[in-house]
Amino acid sequence: MRICDSWLQEQVAHGLEPQALAHRLTMLGLEVDALAAEGGPLDRVVVGRVVALRRHPNADKLALCQVDVGTGTPLGIVCGAPNVREGGLYPTALEGARLPGGLLIKPTRLRGEPSAGMLCSARELGLEAGVDGLLELDAGAVPGADITALLKLGDPLLDLNVTPNRADCFSILGIAREVAAPGGAACNEPAAAAVAAAIPDVLAVALPVPAACPRFAGRIIRGLRPDARTPLWMRERLRRCGIRPISPVVDVTNYVMLELGQPMHAYDLAALDGGLAARPARPGETLVLLDAQQVQPGPDVLVIADGQGPVGLAGIMGGARTAVSPATRDIFLEAAHFAPAALAGRARRFGLHTDASLRFERGVDPTLPPRAIERATALVLAIAGGQPGPLVDCVEAGGMPLRHPVRLRRARLARVLGVEIADGEVAGILARLRMQVEATAEGWSVTPPAARFDIGREEDLIEEVARVHGYERIPAIPGAATVQAAAAGEAVDPPREAAVVLAARGYQEAITYSFIEPGLARRFGAEAARERVLSNPISADLAVMRQSLWPGLVLAARENLRRQQPRVRLFEIGARYFSGDAEGQAEERCIAGIATGSRWPEQWGERTQALDVFDVKADVEALLALGGRRAACGFEAAHHPALHPGRCVRISVEGREAGWLGELHPALAAELELPGAVLFELRVEVLRHPRPVHAAVPVFPAVRRDVAVVVGREVPVARLLAVARAAVPAAILREAFVFDIYSGPQVGNTEKSVAIGLILQDPSRTLTDEDANSALQDVRAALGREFQARVRE
Amino acid sequence: MDGLDGLVARAREAAAGAADLAALEEVRVHFLGRKGEVTALLKNLGTLPAAERPAAGQAINQARDAVGAAIEQRRALLDEEQLAASLAAGRLDLTLPGRGEAFGGEHPVSRSLARIEAIFRGAGFAVHEGPEVEDDFHNFTALNIPADHPARAMHDTFYFPGGRLLRTHTSPVQIRALKAQGAPIRLIAPGRVYRCDSDMTHTPMFHQVEGLVVDRDVSFAHLKAILHQFVERFFERGATLRFRPSYFPFTEPSAEVDVLAESGRWLEILGCGMVHPEVLRIAGIDPEEFTGYAFGMGVERLTMLRYGVDDLRLFFDNDLRFLRQFN
Repeated sequence: MRICDSWLQEQVAHGLEPQALAHRLTMLGLEVDALAAEGGPLDRVVVGRVVALRRHPNADKLALCQVDVGTGTPLGIVCGAPNVREGGLYPTALEGARLPGGLLIKPTRLRGEPSAGMLCSARELGLEAGVDGLLELDAGAVPGADITALLKLGDPLLDLNVTPNRADCFSILGIAREVAAPGGAACNEPAAAAVAAAIPDVLAVALPVPAACPRFAGRIIRGLRPDARTPLWMRERLRRCGIRPISPVVDVTNYVMLELGQPMHAYDLAALDGGLAARPARPGETLVLLDAQQVQPGPDVLVIADGQGPVGLAGIMGGARTAVSPATRDIFLEAAHFAPAALAGRARRFGLHTDASLRFERGVDPTLPPRAIERATALVLAIAGGQPGPLVDCVEAGGMPLRHPVRLRRARLARVLGVEIADGEVAGILARLRMQVEATAEGWSVTPPAARFDIGREEDLIEEVARVHGYERIPAIPGAATVQAAAAGEAVDPPREAAVVLAARGYQEAITYSFIEPGLARRFGAEAARERVLSNPISADLAVMRQSLWPGLVLAARENLRRQQPRVRLFEIGARYFSGDAEGQAEERCIAGIATGSRWPEQWGERTQALDVFDVKADVEALLALGGRRAACGFEAAHHPALHPGRCVRISVEGREAGWLGELHPALAAELELPGAVLFELRVEVLRHPRPVHAAVPVFPAVRRDVAVVVGREVPVARLLAVARAAVPAAILREAFVFDIYSGPQVGNTEKSVAIGLILQDPSRTLTDEDANSALQDVRAALGREFQARVRE
Repeated sequence: MDGLDGLVARAREAAAGAADLAALEEVRVHFLGRKGEVTALLKNLGTLPAAERPAAGQAINQARDAVGAAIEQRRALLDEEQLAASLAAGRLDLTLPGRGEAFGGEHPVSRSLARIEAIFRGAGFAVHEGPEVEDDFHNFTALNIPADHPARAMHDTFYFPGGRLLRTHTSPVQIRALKAQGAPIRLIAPGRVYRCDSDMTHTPMFHQVEGLVVDRDVSFAHLKAILHQFVERFFERGATLRFRPSYFPFTEPSAEVDVLAESGRWLEILGCGMVHPEVLRIAGIDPEEFTGYAFGMGVERLTMLRYGVDDLRLFFDNDLRFLRQFN
């Protein structure tokens, strides 16, 4: 809500500097988003009247004006504006004036004719831009009068952020009341004297749904002057408050809405077919709105209708058929009350957000309609003349919002705020907020004014007292806390510890969006059946929830390569999302990474080599070791649509799927410009460290035996190791590991030689050579049996 | 024969003249080896008359010790020289960078989240998490935002078919925790949140930390104290705060908190208030027995202020040149 201070001051003489006013409003809860000034004060710019005018002898488009500036001697001024006319009143810049654009006015000659000053447009005064021609002043302006005072140049403009609970502050009146609430300045509410009817004409009004529209006030005015213009002062106020002046009748309805907060509508009486009813739309009814949009309201939408059908969406926007136009001579003014519940969400449904719907959805003072009609009538008559009919004020008392007394307990107030506020101050604050206050034994019984839709319970009153008392006057007091000891597993915060591990291994943390492009999601294995698809995505490339962190990381990596970052290692911790599951499984937190480029940063000590999948596997193993599960992990060749079919493993922990590791599929890598990129993804859950259990440190010496076997190339080393391990009694096997792999001419094209080291150790005695050799024999035999392995001696 | 003195003198000269350990070893063998001069003298002792033997033996032994000492002295010197030479030869330029890996780091938003969590953990808050795909009840209704409430328009919600939605704030975690645990409760809830909005100052995804304390006799004064302390800890400097009245459906009284910047401007950093009695009631807590406060902060905004980042969108560009600034 934008307001100008000159208008506000008319209703409350606050006497505050703009900054102080903004501070007061902000600290009352009406945050001032911006504070500006309308134009600046101008020296030596006065009202001038063109008393004589003739054509410039040397220029068709210039006029020679004699301008009365109140000095008794008219000034000769050359003017090129098309709208200059004899008798017109215009802002006149005198010699020595400096205009906002920097122009200094001095006597000059234009095409040979002397010009002692300049007649000004609004733009030249620093007011509205885009309007050509001289600014025509209202007829009452006195030649020589100071323009700064007349147009209130330098008027402070305040942009207020009105919260949804404060519908009453969408008006100068409401804001004036707030400014007056802390005390010290009285509100001077605009007059709304009853206008006597000059003609008997009335329009019949029916209110069949009192719960939605309990009040409808209106009046017919006939015979408006066709040449009426909205006076400059009103146009300026509207403009300064962000509303474009249109025509006298429309301007008046907008003016009253800004002044009092009551949205109004004016109909072209001639276009109306009979009386009006505020009723639900009937099935199939359509309506063309003022903005030319055709809508089909539906039966849960309230419309205003005449004999032919809807003439407006109630409380939202009027219809085109009955709109006032420059040809309109007779009008019907409407000021109604619509219940917030009947309006809620309706405007949005039609993609509309109007000044009227904004106010009605939040609640408009139900006592305002007749007052608004009287105020608007007086303004219309003053500007455009006409014959008013009697005020019609239909009220269905059953539907009118009621204000009930609300209990405010002294003790509760002190308990919630943490400070005691004196009784006298509490009662004073509530009274200045125009509440009816009655003292009770425990505190007060408070009835809010009709304008306040947001006061229905004790906390609402506590907030009122607190904000007017001043939040800054409530002390900050450290409270006693009921605390509980924190939980701490073996890994205190597994995801963050994983982040530290990856950071130490050269990965940089990324945060990518949880929603991704559907096509890319599929390329990375998203299952359509479990996909969560947004109904209203912000764009097509952010339309489905990710089922993997890889698409986001892949795009981030590619962007970095494009930014000349040849070595990219990124990781992310975040959820992947599935539909259809029970709540707990629908989101799975993962840690995922991508690596591409050289194994090490380019430097002196190592030859620059492209990284391969084993570099990244070491990173994954470090994460699994962090989770204390390294020994319980399995890596199994498997197929993943985004990964190289021969360079891809599924990772399991204690038999449960834990994640994936592999090289980006070459086809995808080529398409995404990420050759050789390696990816991994692990469920964070597997990083939870089990409780370690102590076993005695062995005191007897360990023995090592090595075995080398030749097996088919396709045999996974993990299986060889598993068989080797199983062949040795668990009690004496400490470790079994691969220390060499050879494939080459010595073993043929289809085979490989694998060398396995065994560390044997008995906890209760020193192993003999015979013990060790027998274990070695068992391993050889088992490998021979399982894999047709040839033992290399 | 030049006598023992001559022999010792020759041996000393030979030892001193030995250029390296091998030459010195030759000297040792020549004089003290099995066939060496001194050994030969000792072997000849038997040929001397018995009466002379003790004196001669003693003299030879003395000479042998003197020769040995001279050789050892030279050996020590040569050892030292050799060590010095090998140290000189083994010199490395340790101003070269270490072999291997460069270091990565955490995202600035993660740094802030970790710091915020640490600050509140220290004040006895537990850290709770909740789902990002929420239902209408937890995201809105239970927070006193019924259907068609104007406050919903402030939220720009992402929806899924069937009515589920992406949470627009971390406040639903309040409800889940209160229902699961009851009061008293003292928690923060960090996480991703979503609004259907994207421009210079909005990203469709961002991070919030929600805080909730429900206990007997919790007041607005306590809320002011904890937030003041938080802001001072987060920015590691004294802070001037301004609590100004605002509106959230789930708190009342509500406030927005501004911090006074060095520029003299007030910068909004978080929203807070006393938990609305209706929210407590919906969560099964008696608002007459318990009161509470809640607060919510935007992590990106705090991070921007802390590190001087001027464009929100940088956080989600994942540009290494940006991210590495925080390592």
